[in-house]
Amino acid sequence: MSSKVIDWAEVGPLFRDGMTVMFGGFMGIGTPAGIVQSMCDADLKDLTLIGNDSGVPTPGVAPLIAQRRVKKLLASHIGTNPETGKQMIAGELEVELNPQGTLAERIRAGGAGLGGFLTPTGVGTIVEEGKTKLNVNGRDYLLELPLRADIAIVKAKRADTMGNLVYELSARNFNPLVALAAEIVVVEADEIVEPGTIPPDQVMTPAALVTHIVPARRQ
Amino acid sequence: MDAKTIIASRVAQELKEGYVVNLGIGTPTLVPNYLPEGMQITLQSENGFLGMGPLAGEPNSNLVNAGGQHCGLQPGASTFDSAFSFALIRGGHVDLTVLGGLEVDQEGNLANWMVPGKMVPGMGGAMDLVTGARQVIVAMEHCTRKGEPKILKRCSLPLTACDCVDTIVTELAVFRRDKAGLTLVETAPGVTADMVREKTAADFVVSPDLKTMHLNA
Repeated sequence: MSSKVIDWAEVGPLFRDGMTVMFGGFMGIGTPAGIVQSMCDADLKDLTLIGNDSGVPTPGVAPLIAQRRVKKLLASHIGTNPETGKQMIAGELEVELNPQGTLAERIRAGGAGLGGFLTPTGVGTIVEEGKTKLNVNGRDYLLELPLRADIAIVKAKRADTMGNLVYELSARNFNPLVALAAEIVVVEADEIVEPGTIPPDQVMTPAALVTHIVPARRQ
Repeated sequence: MDAKTIIASRVAQELKEGYVVNLGIGTPTLVPNYLPEGMQITLQSENGFLGMGPLAGEPNSNLVNAGGQHCGLQPGASTFDSAFSFALIRGGHVDLTVLGGLEVDQEGNLANWMVPGKMVPGMGGAMDLVTGARQVIVAMEHCTRKGEPKILKRCSLPLTACDCVDTIVTELAVFRRDKAGLTLVETAPGVTADMVREKTAADFVVSPDLKTMHLNA
């Protein structure tokens, strides 16, 4: 069984300018800070980021925003990081806001091979602008389309060398969703163990989805 | 008693034994402080768990509430991903949500997520919560800081959702809302229906059974 564990020096070269990158995390909790640092060091530009928010109180993807590596952000909330709003108002950063449940489900749908889904969330608000509205059994729904990415960056509490993952408490959030919806899945794990160590019924993301693993950098 | 205390104390009376409840950030987070001794409810947190409790002991860096603050878990808590969390929320598995409001109108529309040109933080989970929770309580001060009504005939700000608000609790009054419109059902001690009318732009009827808020803070 070959190990998917790589050196930190191999992380930066996985990324290219203009890529679409999905990230796990909620206000930075569950965002792989070491991988974000490697992305900053790789001098990337024109990234599209997809994830819940732009970080803070824990930094999350905030360094990528602050260093102006990002062309477009899809998120549900940007209020905790004033720099995001500043760049948006100045026209330097395109921001598409999605209701959080809609964003999570769009990522899940992309990863699950679905062409979209119908949600009542956003009906009668500015979220419905430009979207197809359908009535099912007397209730209006919006057609929301799937999202996919070139790379997903994931934070796990524990990974085995094959890539089976376990997340801790509320750090799970968007991580298992983004791991399903990208071509390359890079995981930063606090602990890396041998295959068989994690009981099969405790695996939260199966190894088949994961392409690369790095040991978490001590913050 | 200040406005926040009155509001949180009165909202607490809407919770029932066994309810699954999602509390928005700000005043709603004070509600558990006013629950009757021994009442069991389950708090849902949109970032992926049921059974939120107060922080006990050392904080865990991987456990925060929807406001990003460290919190605790009750015995019997469970954690899950964000898609499952919002399946619970949209799927009607949350009995009650309590959120703040910028504006509410007599048709039950709520605006609480943006002020064009001033504040565009994003809707986060608010749109899903007020669309999916079985009951929606808006807990807010009755008027703006400038003294203007927040309970209106028609919201002027971008909406969070249409036709979603069931109850409004302010430091002055409690309104119930249904298809017929708003009904004033309670006023705070020392507050009359006429005083509420002066500070409310929406049309409402006064319940024939109008009561005084019972506050036990």
